[in-house]
Amino acid sequence: MDTSKDQSLLQLRSVRKVFARGTIDEVTALYGINLDIYPDDFVTIIGSNGAGKSTLLNIIAGVFPPEMGGKVIIGGEDVTDLSEYKHATYVGRVWQEPHVGTAAKLTIEENLSLALLRGRPRGLRPSLNKQRRELFRSALAPLGLGLEDRLSTLVGTLSGGQRQALALVMATISKPVLLLLDEHIATLDPRTAQIVLNLSDMIVQRERMTTIMVTHNMELALRYGNRLIMMHKGRIIVDIGQQDKQALTINDLVTAFEQAAGEQLTDESMLLSHR
Amino acid sequence: MLPATIEGILTSSLSDGLIYAFVAVGVFITFRVLAFPDLTVDGSFVTGGSIAALMIVGGYNSFLATVAAIGGGLACGAVTGLLHTKLRITALLAGILMMVSLYSVNLRIMSGANIPLLRQITIFKSIAHFFGTAKSVILVIGILAVLALIVFMILNWFLRTELGLALRASGDNEQMIRGLGSDTDRNTIIGCSLSNGMVALSGALVAQNQGFCDVNMGIGMIVMGLAAVIIGGALFHPRGVASMLLAALGGTFVYRLFITIALRLGLAPGDLKLITAVLVVIALGIPYIQKKARHEWMPPAVKF
Repeated sequence: MDTSKDQSLLQLRSVRKVFARGTIDEVTALYGINLDIYPDDFVTIIGSNGAGKSTLLNIIAGVFPPEMGGKVIIGGEDVTDLSEYKHATYVGRVWQEPHVGTAAKLTIEENLSLALLRGRPRGLRPSLNKQRRELFRSALAPLGLGLEDRLSTLVGTLSGGQRQALALVMATISKPVLLLLDEHIATLDPRTAQIVLNLSDMIVQRERMTTIMVTHNMELALRYGNRLIMMHKGRIIVDIGQQDKQALTINDLVTAFEQAAGEQLTDESMLLSHR
Repeated sequence: MLPATIEGILTSSLSDGLIYAFVAVGVFITFRVLAFPDLTVDGSFVTGGSIAALMIVGGYNSFLATVAAIGGGLACGAVTGLLHTKLRITALLAGILMMVSLYSVNLRIMSGANIPLLRQITIFKSIAHFFGTAKSVILVIGILAVLALIVFMILNWFLRTELGLALRASGDNEQMIRGLGSDTDRNTIIGCSLSNGMVALSGALVAQNQGFCDVNMGIGMIVMGLAAVIIGGALFHPRGVASMLLAALGGTFVYRLFITIALRLGLAPGDLKLITAVLVVIALGIPYIQKKARHEWMPPAVKF
């Protein structure tokens, strides 16, 4: 895939999403989003409940398509109408809950083998061999959790933090061009959350992966990444690049929010420093 | 023809256990590997039997007829999978629709309610002929054991391949495996197809062993297969692909042992379906009662 530095890796054009159209529950989750993400970007997306963060990620991951007229282009290819499993070729994803990103009844090495074959045809070759196990050990060792010595352990017996660390390795082991972190530490206890967050940062830096991290937490959004996007009620209301982001404080963000949204920030959980 | 001796009971359970083991393996693939409760089985079992019977009566080689029966089962399962994935019909309903419609299809295949195979050259007779002996229980057990071993080896290999692992992941965490780039629709169709291919093989063998195919011989087959898988799971606590397959085989044998003993105790063949259902109810109900006794919580059963 040829994506030079100045060419965007992900392009969203007029992406709209309406749920329950034609019923009294009709809700517009996204209003005509236009967004360009460039190679090596580490973008943090912040917003309160109902801002459209998850809908946006789901559209990028191909869980559902945008409304007619919207376009999703990854690495120069129009993937708007491709099904979710085809999006997976380009997009690795870590979900909020550890049990979504890993298969409990399979072993660690089986989970990793499934992840290794992202975007490749799955045939009648053995799913595991010596070479692959070596690769898995070397991918797990940097986590420092000892998982590299427990390849044949069932994933269902691991703790939430261990599973989320594994999910992170699974999302990145085949080096997809885009990594989506969907509030991936929100359900972990503070200590484990910090460990998984550090691991994410380490892997993103090492593999130089283009990353979008959705978070509920302003402090995290400020601390990580080189670009910050704030969403509100289905629109992008703030988009700050590296230069401005370094000097940014939470107070600046709250002010920016109140100016752009034209209302008081009421979602206090966005202001709490730890979740 | 009730076996009078312990030896008789064992050989009878063994040959029946082996011949129905393919149903158990089929049910294992859908229920346990794919987590897809597929009821097509009652229909596809007879489809296998009727295709084999029709071809054998038509003068085709019994091996060819058996392979064609497997093909018919593969097709039945593929349709169930298509109904579920492409039209989003729930698994249970897709299976029931197939089960009912296959009843009519089977009547069409056989142009009637049954086909006798008494003086036909079945797979068992032709192998007996090859070895220069007559068909006997021991020979049937031998043939079935070899066949079961082959099927076991193929499935044990397949479920460890890249595709087989993707199938297992589809049954465990569908959202994850889609997110890793595997087409879960295709996996479901392949799994259902494979499962019903096994079931149809069993139907073809049963018809050839008992000397006729009857349109009603599939009734309750799904419950029997489920009983075998559940008994196998409860007795052997399998972990890993090979032991789970072996547990399904062992479960069928134990199940047939129950049935043969029940018949020996004077129960009528007509009572067997009830006994089977009661076995399944006991096996499924016990975990909840145990947990309740220990004041543990268990979620309500799913409705679909």
